[in-house]
Amino acid sequence: MESIVDIEPEGIDDERAEEKGRKSTNWFLRFLFAHVFSLDHKTIARQYLFTGIFWALAGSLLSLIIRIQLGYPQADLSWAGHALGHWIQNGRIDPEFYLALVTMHGTIMIFFVLTGGFIGSLGNFLIPLQIGTREMASGFLNMLSYWIFFLSGAVLFLSFFLESGPASAGWTAYPPLSALADASRGSGAGMTCWIISLMLFVVSTAMTAINFIATIINKRTIGLSFRRLPLTIWAFLFGAVLSLLSFPVLFSALMLLVFDRNFGTSFYLSEVFIAGVPLPNLGGSPILYQHLFWFLGHPEVYIAIFPAFGIISEVISAHARKPIFGYPAMVASLLVIMTLAFIVWAHHMFVAGINPFVGSVFSLTSFVIAVPSAIKVFNWLSTLWKANIQFTPAMLFAIGVVSFFITGGLTGLFLASSAIDLQLHDTYFVVAHFHLVMGSAAFFGFMCGVYYWFPKIFGRMMNSTLGYLHFWITFTGVYLIFFPMHFLGLTGLPRRYYSFTVFDTFSGYADLNAFITSAAFLTFAAQLIFLVNFFHAMFFGEKASLNPWRSNTLEWTTEANIGGNWPGALPIVYRWPYDYSQPGAEKDFIPQNVPKA
Amino acid sequence: MEVILGFVLVVVTIAAVIALRLLRLVRRGARRAATSWLDRHQPHLLAVFGICFPVAVIFFGIHFGPRFLPPSHSRPADAIAPLFTATTVLTGIAFFLTQALLFYFLFRFRAKPGAVASPIAQVLKLELTWTLIPAVCFVFLYLWGQLLWTKVTAPPPPDALVVDVVAEQFNWKVHYPGQDQKLGRVMFRLLTNANTIGLDTLDPASRDDFVPVQLHIPKNRPIELRLRSKDVIHSFYIPYFRVKMDAVPGMITSLQFTALQSTREMREQLNNPAFNYEVACAELCGRLHFAMKLIVVVDEPQEYDRWSKEQKTWMSRQSETSWNQ
Repeated sequence: MESIVDIEPEGIDDERAEEKGRKSTNWFLRFLFAHVFSLDHKTIARQYLFTGIFWALAGSLLSLIIRIQLGYPQADLSWAGHALGHWIQNGRIDPEFYLALVTMHGTIMIFFVLTGGFIGSLGNFLIPLQIGTREMASGFLNMLSYWIFFLSGAVLFLSFFLESGPASAGWTAYPPLSALADASRGSGAGMTCWIISLMLFVVSTAMTAINFIATIINKRTIGLSFRRLPLTIWAFLFGAVLSLLSFPVLFSALMLLVFDRNFGTSFYLSEVFIAGVPLPNLGGSPILYQHLFWFLGHPEVYIAIFPAFGIISEVISAHARKPIFGYPAMVASLLVIMTLAFIVWAHHMFVAGINPFVGSVFSLTSFVIAVPSAIKVFNWLSTLWKANIQFTPAMLFAIGVVSFFITGGLTGLFLASSAIDLQLHDTYFVVAHFHLVMGSAAFFGFMCGVYYWFPKIFGRMMNSTLGYLHFWITFTGVYLIFFPMHFLGLTGLPRRYYSFTVFDTFSGYADLNAFITSAAFLTFAAQLIFLVNFFHAMFFGEKASLNPWRSNTLEWTTEANIGGNWPGALPIVYRWPYDYSQPGAEKDFIPQNVPKA
Repeated sequence: MEVILGFVLVVVTIAAVIALRLLRLVRRGARRAATSWLDRHQPHLLAVFGICFPVAVIFFGIHFGPRFLPPSHSRPADAIAPLFTATTVLTGIAFFLTQALLFYFLFRFRAKPGAVASPIAQVLKLELTWTLIPAVCFVFLYLWGQLLWTKVTAPPPPDALVVDVVAEQFNWKVHYPGQDQKLGRVMFRLLTNANTIGLDTLDPASRDDFVPVQLHIPKNRPIELRLRSKDVIHSFYIPYFRVKMDAVPGMITSLQFTALQSTREMREQLNNPAFNYEVACAELCGRLHFAMKLIVVVDEPQEYDRWSKEQKTWMSRQSETSWNQ
């Protein structure tokens, strides 16, 4: 076996040669190719990470303005007029701007943070390192996917500076509202930017997904069979398949929308009378768009949460010093969730005007998908049973994911039932549900991954005290924000409302809304602790040891280094990644590259 | 304003704490203490949270309970309440059980000197148990839900009062059949700024149709609302009745229910003489989405008859030139 180790698999040499070719004598070109258009998966992962942090900050700032409007609608915001210009009228937020905020917050958080930022950073970083290869299947495609992602973000960002404002039709952008410039101010140039941005985003995601799948299937090192694959890699693999098969459908949905908006077709439009004029469009159906959109829209929540599933399985097992409980069940449940994710979409459309029988079918599949989700939760719980649990900020964030996933997952059972959904559809109950189960849970998964792999990404340790502080404020803060929101939903409050004062039915809950706003500010403030910790540790953190968490996976066996690729032979894998606390072993962990005795 | 001040205060405090902490770090030569208080006490903090969290959830539920909507005042949606309760009980049990286990395990199995974790990696019986028990519960909830769903979405009985509801930015228009109980024909191509519901004035059934500003419905009589939209998607939503249905341009959707309690009865029950049932829009429809309101008045049957006879027909209220062109 040993002789195989010394022979480098084909292709490695070529990649290195290519890298040498990029080492020009001109310092500017050198900088450009080493740090900007780098083909190195670690550099690209860091690029995604910084971009993701930028977007997370932007997205949560938007949510703070939303919360000010909901919690303190009487507050005088004239001072913000300097920054927001005509979006502040007489000290109040303009209703159209409020809708733009809601739209942009959703779009940014779902696509640019939890999909692009999260998967792009940790996926790109971990996949080659954990499967024991030096590079992604195509470094060039990887670089391209980041820069298209960047471009897509730039287009979205610039739409904030349009005279008519950014898109304001919700992150779902249902036509005709999104199709007709007369329907809403944001449906003009803002919507055009939104569509272009998301189309670019789909291209970027498709490239990432192809790259992930190709890398995981083809570039696993010797001995790393599928049965020995870390659950992180399984999660990235299934997530990539899911996004490769569903994101292009969004592309086509948006393409048809472009045709309706610009070329006079009637895919989504029929019998529309707007601004005093009947439109000539006949025969289209707005519901067609909803089907196409949710064919991506629902898998999208699993695309965002899968990496979190994988990461916390890894982190919980390593901190429990115990093999992950039910590895086959964990992989199988991921596979089942991935498959079912394609056939649950119409539970977003129970009251959209579809045939009630279609509602029955999708209600069934939505209940069925809760079974593998429950299996995952019980397996995580059992991993903690009879464990020897070490606590670090990463572990705490993993616990947070489990707790949120339980709470948010259970409220999903209300929404899966088409009869109960009659009452709850499009109320704050839904907002609370998805913010817990895919928003906060996926965000905590992201945080968990950042705390856990920071030593590998930057070679330094983050401060754990600040990490604990960050966790505790955020964890309680998220519950303080979203738990009461279920109650708002049960009182009937509809989402995407600029103000609740018009209706007597909705106007009696201002105290609760003010409370939620305060909790949101507190939670946001805690993220500043993270930012300080992150950037401080990047430059001044304590130097990390090679394997600070005493973990089994391959990334901790390669030398800690910042840029370029690791030297030496490729590792050989002899065991699965969860050999913790094995009886008779010297230590309570046995890395994957240690031969079996 | 106070929220801004509070925010600034919180940020300043945290920044100060961080700055102090960093200074101490620098003074200590950026060397981390072997273990800080927080490092040692995470399991205890988690245990405290594990106790406080369910208590807070229960307390909040009891505290907030009286402010929930009163039980549904419409058939068939009132039949959903028991299912709602059952789902709450089942998910509640699962919630308290799993959260309690989570925080209990975290505390109970915290790392102790000399302790070793069990290498146990799989117990097939356990896997089967927690697959089958949830599955059975879900099937139960699904079947019960579908029994109700078929009831809720069933076609209305033939004696139902049919009202044509037109949604537009940002208004609801209600079009009643008049004394002949027949809705006049409506057509998209007849919509103008004057003929705002697209009524075909040549249809004899249109002559006695009326379009009042509020939705009046008789108590205890099945109502069928035929929803259409002129511009974008809206959603017809009466929170007190637990009914909701989208109004989609280019198609007609339908919603049926029977109101069980009149507005006057509700005013007495809630001791609020200003109480009104309200229709809200539940699908984002643009700038004034939050203000798209329609008052629903539930009358006693005799009252309703009197009211409907008093209504002037739509045609008599329009000047002839406005629709006869």
